[in-house]
Amino acid sequence: MSLTASGIHAGYRGRRVLHDVSLTIERGETVGLRGPSGTGKSTLVRVLALLHPPDSGHVTLDEQRIRGHGHRVPASVRTRIGVLFQSPRAAADPRLSLSDLIAEPLRAVRHPREQITGRVTDLAERAGLTPDLLDRRPHAVSDGQLQRACLARALAHDPDYLLCDEATTMLDASTQAHVAAMITDQQQHTGMGVLVVSHDPALLTRWTDRIEDLNTETAR
Amino acid sequence: MAELTLPRPRRLRWLRPGARGTVVAATVLVVAVVVCLAVPVLWPLDQSAVALDQVGLPPSWAHPGGTDDLGRDVLHRSIYGLRVSLLVGVIAAVTATLVGGLLGGVAGLLGGWPDRILMRVVDTVAALPHLLLGIFIVAMLRPSLGAVILSIGLTHWLSTARIVRSELLSLRTRPFIDAAISGGASRARVLTRHLLPHVLPKIALATTLMVPHAVWHETSLSFLGLGLPPHLASLGNMINDGQRSLLTGAWWASIVPGLAVIVVTLAIAALSARWRDHLDPRVRAELDL
Repeated sequence: MSLTASGIHAGYRGRRVLHDVSLTIERGETVGLRGPSGTGKSTLVRVLALLHPPDSGHVTLDEQRIRGHGHRVPASVRTRIGVLFQSPRAAADPRLSLSDLIAEPLRAVRHPREQITGRVTDLAERAGLTPDLLDRRPHAVSDGQLQRACLARALAHDPDYLLCDEATTMLDASTQAHVAAMITDQQQHTGMGVLVVSHDPALLTRWTDRIEDLNTETAR
Repeated sequence: MAELTLPRPRRLRWLRPGARGTVVAATVLVVAVVVCLAVPVLWPLDQSAVALDQVGLPPSWAHPGGTDDLGRDVLHRSIYGLRVSLLVGVIAAVTATLVGGLLGGVAGLLGGWPDRILMRVVDTVAALPHLLLGIFIVAMLRPSLGAVILSIGLTHWLSTARIVRSELLSLRTRPFIDAAISGGASRARVLTRHLLPHVLPKIALATTLMVPHAVWHETSLSFLGLGLPPHLASLGNMINDGQRSLLTGAWWASIVPGLAVIVVTLAIAALSARWRDHLDPRVRAELDL
């Protein structure tokens, strides 16, 4: 049971960013991914999250080869992979309150309405968001609080895999620890596989089971 | 330690220099709309009636806007003309927005070759002088309100199409859209819940900014004899007719409808500009200081 990228070549408008990259994330393990800026770490995350089409190569989810990307992939498959983006500001719709932000993935798949409130309360509590914060919009909370809301949103479907794209880079040490603890806690409960992309060697060594390097030889 | 006190606002917010113009513009517009709605009920006008015994009378208590070369009350007809102009302005602006919003939406949502084709169409239409194109469209149809609206609607959708397209193209690449797709949102949900709510205020603003321009266009087409039939009161028709009276010294026959166009379009433009500033968070922060 794993999320695997095999022989991925990917880029934007003809500019190749990833060149023959392969990566496997087993269920229950935490994989670190590091590499200099511009080597395509975020592109690899987007490919693994089924949001960006590879030029060649393919993504396999639990031995099932995925065809297409974005909306072409059924929602039931997309929701098995959660993504936590680097900038919570850019990843949060500025019009939605934090509770709507967390509830959005559940509403999107028509989760029973009566269960959504309870689920949002539970996720917010685990993310350390107090009820008064839940009515606020993104501009009225700090980066750390917003990233915790984004994490709650990413975990709303109890995904099998969580991809964190430099998700703790912009946060202070205590929020970093909270985010990492919440992810580890979820991992222990559900056995989810986690990919942690980071520039921080200390964080990767402490948090992950193994570290993969994405260097300029694989990325051009 | 000295107690920290915040300075009290010296004036009410709406009375501040920037807001005073808004109050004046809003008042002008409300009065214009109320007059346009009330006058036809309280003081109906027989549009084809002439009074040859009252030709070219200067402004007086009986005729505050004077009379034209056929003895018709200029102010009374100006109010009827303004009604037509506002109606045409609003409907034409909405029509142009619908056309532009639809084409810009398709280009922005689909991207790729549909976007390239539609944008070349936009460039081609933009390369033509739009008043001439409007005249061409209206000349092919019978002079009527519908023809004028169609002519303005079909020549003024370009800016809305560009705004909608560029907004959608930029929004589509934002991580919160990726997050929505990753969270299981369908295409329709991404469109209605995450894209449209961001684009609609801008479309609404583009529409209001277009209204004064559409009013001006209706007036221009009528002035050129391509708008409403000549006996019907329209500001453009009246300014055109008023030219003849200018030679005899009867300035009021074109000045009164001309002022109506200028004052009302300036009021709408001022309110639109204020709204645009309000939608821009950076400007809003300054306005709310």
